[in-house]
Amino acid sequence: MKNYLNIIKNGITTENPTFVLLLGMCPTLATTSSAINGMSMGLATTFVLLCSNFVISCIKSITPDKVRIPVFVAVIASFVTILQMLIKAYLPAIDASLGIFIPLIVVNCIILGRAEAFACKNDPLSSIFDGLGMGIGFTIALTLLGAVRELLGTGKIFDFTLYSDNFGMLLFVLAPGAFITLGYLIAIVNKLKK
Amino acid sequence: MKKLESSLLNMIVVLTLVSVITGGLLAAVNSVTEGPIQEQKDKALADGIKAVMGAEDIKVTADDKVNSSVDGKDREYIIHRVANASGEPIGVAVESASQGFSGDVKILVGLDKEGTIKGYTILEHAETPGLGARAVDWFQKDQKGDIIGQQPSKGKLTVSKDGGQIDAITAATITSRAFLKAVNNAYEVYASEGADAQSGATKKN
Amino acid sequence: MAYILIFITAIFVNNIVLSQFLGICPFLGVSKKVDTALGMSAAVAFVLTLATVVTYLIQKYVLDPNGLGYLQTLAFILIIASLVQMVEIILKKVSPPLYQALGIFLPLITTNCAVLGVAILVIQNDMTLLESVVYAFSTALGFGLALTVFAGIREQLELVDVPKGMQGMAIVLVTAGLLSLAFMGFSGVDGGLKILFGLE
Repeated sequence: MKNYLNIIKNGITTENPTFVLLLGMCPTLATTSSAINGMSMGLATTFVLLCSNFVISCIKSITPDKVRIPVFVAVIASFVTILQMLIKAYLPAIDASLGIFIPLIVVNCIILGRAEAFACKNDPLSSIFDGLGMGIGFTIALTLLGAVRELLGTGKIFDFTLYSDNFGMLLFVLAPGAFITLGYLIAIVNKLKK
Repeated sequence: MKKLESSLLNMIVVLTLVSVITGGLLAAVNSVTEGPIQEQKDKALADGIKAVMGAEDIKVTADDKVNSSVDGKDREYIIHRVANASGEPIGVAVESASQGFSGDVKILVGLDKEGTIKGYTILEHAETPGLGARAVDWFQKDQKGDIIGQQPSKGKLTVSKDGGQIDAITAATITSRAFLKAVNNAYEVYASEGADAQSGATKKN
Repeated sequence: MAYILIFITAIFVNNIVLSQFLGICPFLGVSKKVDTALGMSAAVAFVLTLATVVTYLIQKYVLDPNGLGYLQTLAFILIIASLVQMVEIILKKVSPPLYQALGIFLPLITTNCAVLGVAILVIQNDMTLLESVVYAFSTALGFGLALTVFAGIREQLELVDVPKGMQGMAIVLVTAGLLSLAFMGFSGVDGGLKILFGLE
């Protein structure tokens, strides 16, 4: 059990996909204009990561090496499509705010990266935990980034007003703010690591 | 279990199997979610119409698609003709649009039979978050740019900067102009298409 | 005129990297040197345009008529992956020098979300085939512009004494933020052009 906890912890801290591995930058920057958007994207990615890690780990021994990548991509794309249909059907508000970045989870390097680096070498149960850890790490990073941008830009966190948005620095909600905020968050993480 | 060799046969078999399974799985999920997805779309529109008409118990009697060029550009407007519970027409909700600061601002405007604005909602926009995006609340009742109860028949709505009576959104005059233009267009289309026509026929001009 | 508008909008106003956030990975990954940036831009321009045409035709003539719209993501990503592989093989046979120049970038393009993103966007926005081609090519040019300018800045950044915590990706991201800020100056230009061209 301790082993599994370690795998999860690994994904959240030492190998955090956003702050340490710097993977999956497109959704990280694009969908974090507010804390809730960042969290939705994180959870959506976690779902796909969990499912694809599990399935890929299960089918790893019946997949010939040379067609490994197309098979993995097909598995990932299927889960993304399933997720996309479910969100459209039951959570239309999230569909409206994440838009095209839901189908683009397919090309999020975290997912194929974990399939290659972890799932195709480990047993299904460990792979689930790896997906969970990485997913949580990604979700925390996106929520944090979204919260900082939302607070600086509009004076709110999760739509809860902390100060009037007349004092908000709009820049942080716009595109440049995404790059700048992430840059400084990474700098802070670098500082903490030492 | 031993790893399968990368022989041609194995590769083809595995790839085919994967395609068939994933294809089948997606078809299955699709058949389950297809209904709810359509429902959500219909519900969003129905809720929008209720909101802009300011009434709960209503029926949409017809959805007329109208191609018009009231502002010099061909656009498609959709006039949803609305009746109350007993079937009496009470007005229309018009889907209208206009070029905003970035991309089109698409709105739904509720008008009563006299052409008075009952309410509005923004269906789609790509305006700057925090600036143009404030149009969602800005023109609502008792807000700074209140347009509810105005009658475009008595003269087009314009922002005060252009000599009009509506306060523009702070630092987003272009969005405000675009929004009011979409509202005016909605009224023009409604007026030119015969305010009391209740047929479902699609007119083109 | 409409095509000129698409062209300018895609390159400057809605720059794929700096305002749409697509293709960030290669933007951050291969922007250390101007030479490699140019190579990557050329490879992306080629694959992006080709992939958009192929996926567009597949969507309109295979998926839509058969009611298979839900296979879009799966079909597109597999098409893009095989297309990249094919381009690599053909290039190797037909033009070894070009292959030498672009070869190492090609496998990276499969996971460039700009390619899949543009393919999905043109379908979502109901563009015609010609509009899609113009849009895809202009987007790729916009990508190339952002990448090359950024690589130029990063070459200069090498010579700068950066505070310890900010070294590496941190300063790169902040720099990208400033570049994105510069590109924000173009926002609204598309609306103005529309009026100028008499489209609105």
